[in-house]
Amino acid sequence: MKNSIIKKHQIPDFIQHLLQGYTLWGPVHEDTISIYRQINSPEQMTLEFQKCKIPPKEIVFPQTETLMRFRKEKNVTVETPPLPKKTTVIFGIRPCDAKSLQLFDTVFLGDCEDPYYASKRKTMISVGLTCSTPSENCFCSSVGGNPDDSRGFDILLTDLTDTYYVEILTEKGEELLKGFKGCTPATNQDSQKKNEVCQRAKKGITRQVSVKNIETILDDIFDSSYWETIAQRCIGCGICTFLCPTCHCFDIQDETAQNKGARVRIWDSCMYQEYSCQASGYNPRATQMNRVRNRVYHKFNYLPKTNQVLGCVGCGRCIDECPVHIDIIEIIGHAQEVKQ
Amino acid sequence: MKNEERFVFKPGQCVMVGLLGVGECMFAIASSPTKKKYLEISVMKQGKVTTALHNCKPGDHVGIRGPYGNNFPVDAWGGKNLVLIGGGIGQAPLRPVLQYVLDNRKKYGTIHIFYGARTSQDLCYKNEFAQLEKHDDINVFLSVDKEEFGWKGFTGFVPGNLMRIHPSAKDSIAITCGPPVMIKRVIDVLINLGFSEKQIFTTLEMRMKCGIGKCGRCNVGPLYVCKDGPVFSVEQLQRIKGER
Repeated sequence: MKNSIIKKHQIPDFIQHLLQGYTLWGPVHEDTISIYRQINSPEQMTLEFQKCKIPPKEIVFPQTETLMRFRKEKNVTVETPPLPKKTTVIFGIRPCDAKSLQLFDTVFLGDCEDPYYASKRKTMISVGLTCSTPSENCFCSSVGGNPDDSRGFDILLTDLTDTYYVEILTEKGEELLKGFKGCTPATNQDSQKKNEVCQRAKKGITRQVSVKNIETILDDIFDSSYWETIAQRCIGCGICTFLCPTCHCFDIQDETAQNKGARVRIWDSCMYQEYSCQASGYNPRATQMNRVRNRVYHKFNYLPKTNQVLGCVGCGRCIDECPVHIDIIEIIGHAQEVKQ
Repeated sequence: MKNEERFVFKPGQCVMVGLLGVGECMFAIASSPTKKKYLEISVMKQGKVTTALHNCKPGDHVGIRGPYGNNFPVDAWGGKNLVLIGGGIGQAPLRPVLQYVLDNRKKYGTIHIFYGARTSQDLCYKNEFAQLEKHDDINVFLSVDKEEFGWKGFTGFVPGNLMRIHPSAKDSIAITCGPPVMIKRVIDVLINLGFSEKQIFTTLEMRMKCGIGKCGRCNVGPLYVCKDGPVFSVEQLQRIKGER
């Protein structure tokens, strides 16, 4: 598949082309932040942003999702939501967020496939955007990623100032461009310029942490008082889990009014006391220390053991937004120094 | 059950039982797969869903999905003596093991049952224990935690009763379930009695929502109780770093 160039002023035409046949999600400016929203017109979308505040996980794993509706009359009738009619294109997601969706696949697909996730994810087409200017707390290169990592994309765009370099990575990506006449073949000069942008981007990541042997290190320090120190500041607000692209914990609740209702899945947070509290009142993770430690281990010890992936993609959102400045880079970095 | 061949399970596995509009809970299947025509669960009235289940009447419909989780390796325990140690509603997941063993009696050795609760009112399956006590090769030791008028069995906690009777660890398998603190103390007593970690099994409880290892909530370290458990040997649990 040959790589191409799209001029920036042609992007609205490309968006219009996509809107003919696909449900489109992309980054928009809202107040002071960038966020992924469903796109209805090219003017809504922007590709001039550094990092969307909320990751795009909600496109395939909505914050609130109806699993089934029911009516109780003479008989009980249950209906599940219809499948999406159009394929979804997610436009302008970053390599770290694409990697997080690959992690979601290891959880929600495979054994006992989640049909709600699968119906959105399996047909989804991703158009990614290289991170030309990583932000202050980005550390994707420490956790197996890169600002120009093309894994998980069908097309990857790289900003070359007046144009975008278009890497067509899969047949789905090629299909997306069918009928759009605004692409021209990329030249060797374009490719060289793209490589320069990517090299500059990699150097733009200023924070690093070693995760070498982190699984074993964490095995050794589970009972250390280090975790009490780390957790002292935590106020259990849960914003780290809300903004984390790999966090996927959820609750299931029934809502009912008179003779009808719904069973609904909603995001939940392991940082809340009630999360693992049993009906008897017993809570295996009763203290903030238990919950903070469990979250760190979930990302850097448990998921590597069970899913063979690190549970952190280095997006830095938790560091950006934690109101008490808990910093996962520092936590993992200092873990190496903790003695038994 | 109708079409019981469509629902195949082993002792120790669980089901999600729910009422539309109220919610779901995970329950151990409290009957053995050798009982062909029905499935039993034992429900302790504690919260919203369990209260609603207690208010159900014969003929009401409930939702069931499963079976979930792993099982007690009962078929690997042929020839072994069994020591079942339960506390309160924790006897429910041990009951299918007991029924399975009784329905395949010749395959197993002696049976010791230690079962206790806060009060005699909290003891489950009282009629069944009364019948079991009539067998020579089944030894039943019931207890209540505190002094109670008319109580003729042991008074004290289950681990204390276990220590008092000190069943032999030779060629034995011990299975325990109950409140977390009881499980911990029972395991300590069993180890003192000479049981190895490989000989002791438990079945854990955690708050559960999906039942299929996706909602993230019921983990003990890297393992999900709904999917990788609920049955664990103590040998397995000792290797896992994680709250339980």
